[in-house]
Amino acid sequence: MKLNGARILLECLKREGVDTIFGYPGGTVINLYDELFSFKEIRHILPRHEQAGVHAADGYARATGKVGVAIATSGPGATNTITGIATAYMDSIPMVIITGQVPTALIGNDAFQEADIIGITRPCTKHNFLVKDVKDLATIMKKAFYIARTGRPGPVVVDLPKDVQIAQTEFKYPETVEIRGYKPTVEGHPKQIEKAVAAIMQAKKPVIYVGGGVILGNASAELVALAKRLGIPVTTTLMGLGSFPENDSLSLGLLGMHGTYYANMAVSNCDMLIAIGARFDDRVTGKIASFAPHAKIVHVDVDPTSIKKNVRVDLPIVGDVRDVLVKMLKIVDEIGPDAEGCRQALASWTAEIDGWKEKHPMAYKQATSTIKPQYVIQRLRALSDPDAIVATDVGQHQMWTAQFFGFTAPRTLLSSGGLGTMGFGLPAAMGAQAGFPDRQVMVICGDGGFQMNMQELATIVQNRLNVKIVILNNNFLGMVRQWQELFFDKRYSSTCMELPIDFIKLAEAFGATGLQATKVDEVDEVIKKGFSIKGPVLMEFKVAREEKVLPMVPAGASLTEMVLAS
Amino acid sequence: MKHTIAVLVENEFGVLSRVVGLFSGRGFNIDSLTVAPTNDEALSRITLVTRGDEQIIEQITKQLNKLIDVIKVIDFEAENAIEREMVLVKVAAEDQSRAEVLRIADIFRAKVIDVTPKSYTLEATGTPAKVGAMIELLRPLGLKELVSTGPVVIGRGAKGWKG
Ligand SMILES: Cc1ncc(C[n+]2csc(CCOP(=O)(O)OP(=O)(O)O)c2C)c(N)n1
Ligand SMILES: [Mg+2]
Repeated sequence: MKLNGARILLECLKREGVDTIFGYPGGTVINLYDELFSFKEIRHILPRHEQAGVHAADGYARATGKVGVAIATSGPGATNTITGIATAYMDSIPMVIITGQVPTALIGNDAFQEADIIGITRPCTKHNFLVKDVKDLATIMKKAFYIARTGRPGPVVVDLPKDVQIAQTEFKYPETVEIRGYKPTVEGHPKQIEKAVAAIMQAKKPVIYVGGGVILGNASAELVALAKRLGIPVTTTLMGLGSFPENDSLSLGLLGMHGTYYANMAVSNCDMLIAIGARFDDRVTGKIASFAPHAKIVHVDVDPTSIKKNVRVDLPIVGDVRDVLVKMLKIVDEIGPDAEGCRQALASWTAEIDGWKEKHPMAYKQATSTIKPQYVIQRLRALSDPDAIVATDVGQHQMWTAQFFGFTAPRTLLSSGGLGTMGFGLPAAMGAQAGFPDRQVMVICGDGGFQMNMQELATIVQNRLNVKIVILNNNFLGMVRQWQELFFDKRYSSTCMELPIDFIKLAEAFGATGLQATKVDEVDEVIKKGFSIKGPVLMEFKVAREEKVLPMVPAGASLTEMVLAS
Repeated sequence: MKHTIAVLVENEFGVLSRVVGLFSGRGFNIDSLTVAPTNDEALSRITLVTRGDEQIIEQITKQLNKLIDVIKVIDFEAENAIEREMVLVKVAAEDQSRAEVLRIADIFRAKVIDVTPKSYTLEATGTPAKVGAMIELLRPLGLKELVSTGPVVIGRGAKGWKG
């Protein structure tokens, strides 16, 4: 039977196991939406802005591990997706974004609502496709999903002209996919792995440095097994949080600009750095020349371009992180001493690290009445489900969440690390909630970033998405204010929000519940009440306005040059 | 260091802009670039000349390989490759310099492809070094216009290079 392009697209999504999509209609996708009207196998959620739709699909993908799908119309709909796509690209999130396009005959004519979205998204997608013939549609969709989810994952755009949605052809979904220019390396080189393990066993002061690749590669269990087997301490990037339980004694927490004192000291003093699924971002390394100056570096990553991009590497291993970790563990079992023996061998190193932990633990000064933002984060952890999913926005609250929440499971922290996109948190939480209707999902955001996508309260209420919204309200663009305090003589240029917003009324206007805490002894009550109410709740915490995120390594300084909490 | 890199790509719409966009987006240099279909119609071959230290060249070849439409990348080593470029050059040639232009053309086995009372237009092919040497000799006589294909490169030996 012949089907039209719009229907074929939906059939492809179904065959890829897609159950939820986020999209916004318009002229060039009206045919697609017409098919969707009677297509009941896929849940469609209408955000209130295409950027939020893409962030929601992204949050869905980060939380579930599946490919996130978003739809937008041509022109302004498509250009509205760019920030969302770039956010996903920087964090390697598997997504397929479908954009409508003007009819093929009009492409290039400056037609109404035409934008060259293939040209615009080329540098912020893993790949993109313009579908010119309905006969190619099924194959392109198969390729799009394959590319999005394999190797180093990433967003793929499929641009679908209106006439292609209308044209009909026989539908057959290809069983296999063959792209001769795309063969992601999955298996690490056995000799390299052997060499790496041998070097790791020789090290006296090893540290494991983990990035988001371990979460994307579903390799947390293998990481935990290897680290514990060898007794090697683990520090993670923002994107790696949750891959290794922070309540384990081997955990050093976050490293880098706002990392812990002991993580940064350990990395700066180690003789062996094992980087797994991480890319040596400048927020992590500080000044490159003095990063891990005494260390041999082993680097495991699925993307060869990540290796030796900005630091020298002694033992590169290109491959799927899980595959490599499994093989490493096997070799350790063959040639190494038992776990106790390994622990013994590193006893003086762990003692040195314990000394740093004692000297400068993660801490903040509690106040008598004012709410400290760090305290709210700690109470959120204490009063939420162990498997709760936490999305964050970008700013101080994001760093406090990273420092004080204590993540213990992968895919429980959803945060825009690479692009640092304000406005990401609320829609991402919405997407995660759609993926896990039965789990607790909260977003921790600042008063600034919340306002960048607060229209999504409507989507959340309309779709009965049980999202708990936590606003740490300092009435400042706090992170920028902190930089102005430290590096610009407290010249708070355009970082004070001035207009106090009644967030409670705002929540109520959308049909959500609003709660507020202004004093420290109200914090628990608000959190408990917020979590106990079924349905969306906005919890506003008026926090200490000029609190700083510490420790802090100033941009461009070495990791050892930390400004510490007094 | 100068490197001549050959890139075999899908002969598809937009591929060249992916390659060029990679260079501009990441701040890599392109000294020259040529592209045309190959004996296999489904493939095009790009030859580009770029500069950088070892680490940059490694990044360039890795990043090129990462593009989905790129099938193969070879950073040719001079001793295993033959490199040629073609130039068309319009030289001022009046009175006393007319003979000199022809003499230089003869030495470099360039062809005269257009003549006017005031100029010669020459066609020359050869290694970039040879063509460059000819240009330098012609320059003092008055170069009116110079156009070059940029180098193309092919491996030595019997083995062909396919997708
Ligand atoms: C879209 C976007 N614009 C600007 C910035 C720069 N920026 C980073 S953090 C920040 C302040 C965020 O303020 P708020 O949301 O109130 O969070 P806080 O830092 O106060 O916790 C700004 C403006 C950004 N990251 N993203
Ligand atoms: Mg704020």
